[in-house]
Amino acid sequence: MTGIATGRTIPDRLQSRTYRALRSWETILLVVAVGVFVINSFASPHFLNAWNLSDATFNFTEKAMIAFAMAMLIIAGEIDLSVASIIALVSTAMGLAMQAGAGVPVLICVGLFTGLVCGALNGALVAGMGLPSIVVTIGTMSLFRGISYIVLGDQAFTGYPDGFDFFGQGYVWWVFSFELVLFAVLAVVFWLLLHRTNFGRAVYAIGNNATAAQFSGIRVARVRFILFLLTGLMSAIAAICLTSRLGSTRPSIATGFELEVVTMVVLGGVNILGGSGSIPGVVLAALIMGMVTFGFGLLNVPGIVMSIFLGLLLIGVIAVPRLLRGK
Amino acid sequence: MTLLKNREVLLALAILLLVILVAARFPAFVQPGNLVNVFNDTSPLILLAIGQMIVILTKCIDLSVAANLALCGMVAALMNGAGVPLPVILLLVVALGGVLGAVNGLLVWKLGIPSIVVTLGTMTIYRGIIFLMTNGAWVNAHQMTDAFKALPRTLIAGLPVMSWVAIVAIALFTVLLTRTPLGRAFYAVGGNPHAAVYTGINVGRTQFVAFVIAGALAGLTGYLWVARYAVAYVDIADGFELSVVAACVIGGVAIAGGAGSVAGAVLGALFLGVINNALPVVGISPFWQLAISGSAIVVAVAFNSSLNRKTGRIILKPVETK
Repeated sequence: MTGIATGRTIPDRLQSRTYRALRSWETILLVVAVGVFVINSFASPHFLNAWNLSDATFNFTEKAMIAFAMAMLIIAGEIDLSVASIIALVSTAMGLAMQAGAGVPVLICVGLFTGLVCGALNGALVAGMGLPSIVVTIGTMSLFRGISYIVLGDQAFTGYPDGFDFFGQGYVWWVFSFELVLFAVLAVVFWLLLHRTNFGRAVYAIGNNATAAQFSGIRVARVRFILFLLTGLMSAIAAICLTSRLGSTRPSIATGFELEVVTMVVLGGVNILGGSGSIPGVVLAALIMGMVTFGFGLLNVPGIVMSIFLGLLLIGVIAVPRLLRGK
Repeated sequence: MTLLKNREVLLALAILLLVILVAARFPAFVQPGNLVNVFNDTSPLILLAIGQMIVILTKCIDLSVAANLALCGMVAALMNGAGVPLPVILLLVVALGGVLGAVNGLLVWKLGIPSIVVTLGTMTIYRGIIFLMTNGAWVNAHQMTDAFKALPRTLIAGLPVMSWVAIVAIALFTVLLTRTPLGRAFYAVGGNPHAAVYTGINVGRTQFVAFVIAGALAGLTGYLWVARYAVAYVDIADGFELSVVAACVIGGVAIAGGAGSVAGAVLGALFLGVINNALPVVGISPFWQLAISGSAIVVAVAFNSSLNRKTGRIILKPVETK
């Protein structure tokens, strides 16, 4: 947001492919991930257990699903701070539908629809009216969660129907939970979408130079709108999993998720100013954050201390490379 | 007609209309005593909104103000418990707030990290520090000295000290922004950073100063908050940063920087303050507050941009929104 344009130097000759791959952010993340895994195995005897590790994945799967869509949004130069509030609103809508006697398929449809409506509202305000996404989503962040508070007050929805618990508590095969499998599938889908389609190229183009993208025939506003829809949809999917896992809805559900999702995306090497980043980076960042949180949990570190660590991580991940470059 | 195009005038009329609407049903709402209460209740929001406005003027945003307020408030309460005299506490909380703001400012200035990322991070860090200091314990009314609690409520010429602090801040920062080189620098940095550099303004340092001012105001408000409500714990003023940003946006402060005024921010804060105080009077649950300030932000930002829209034929629609 701040920067003054600085000159770029062009190297005399390009570095080799292998050398570049070795120096990439993803490689550093992979080394860190392996390091965290090894340290955790030594720090606690309970870490290396298939079921424990499977439990640990619940720490990050829901947030990571949103992080995939958020990564694309940030690469395109926008941001959505309302994701956690969309979760609250989606969960509340499903709770209302449940009270009206809806079955599982209807609950899912209501949830997905609510998420899409929230995304569409953000998208219409940002892409349609050309408003800055930071303020719009700070506003809708209050608005969406505010509606949950109006509906629920200090109450909670409980008693979701049988079968609904599968999305957050069910296992597809052995230790592989539904959420973990969904996370893996979505990772592949988003990798294809961002790195192998025209739409993905358009996202990078808009993030680097929206005006140039417009001149080269990309429908900038439409791409931005779709990205907000996608973020709303992924927040709804995360909300379904989270509500199913908790088995209840409170208006304060998923408070602070937006911070963790943005941290995950930035840790994954996505440039917060837009234009660069990759899905494999986000996947690795999700794994690292999940394992660190799990390791802290095994060592009985309270949640708020973990959030300090997250805050430091968010700033550190951006600050350290800049310090090393001597900026 | 030109007067009606003025944002501050429009907003003042909106507030007036709101007050009249409430008064039509509940005449007690407009009694002088109650209006003084509304202003006093809104004072913390006014103080933070002024600081936030200056930060936004320079193209930045500070989401850590509420956490800063909570941390400074807790430190004030703990110092009071340790027997530190009140004037020293006041000086130290303002200094501490300034230092916390300086941390944000340094990260933005020296490392060029976007302010939203920096303050999203320090927001959780500052609140986490309160937990580390207290282990989650509360400081309650009976653990505070009477002098500590009495200061914000002391009446001077019919107004509590807390209101006077807000009024002094409004006057001080109006002069600072409109009558001093530093004030011009804030506008210049936000209006066009490149041009500001060529006129000899250090963009990063100006942003740093803005963060220090916002931090110091948050620190002072931290003491006022804790002393007035006579309680300090980890979660005080949780989510207050959203109301502060809302007040600025409603007050016509451009989020892209360079445009805004103290009067606008203050009116934006008063708008929210009147709504929050009118809700219980009209009989609407306080659970509506969050949704109302959220819609107010969205409507205000849409309204601001429609006021700014230039007339004339657009040949190729610009897409750059930042």
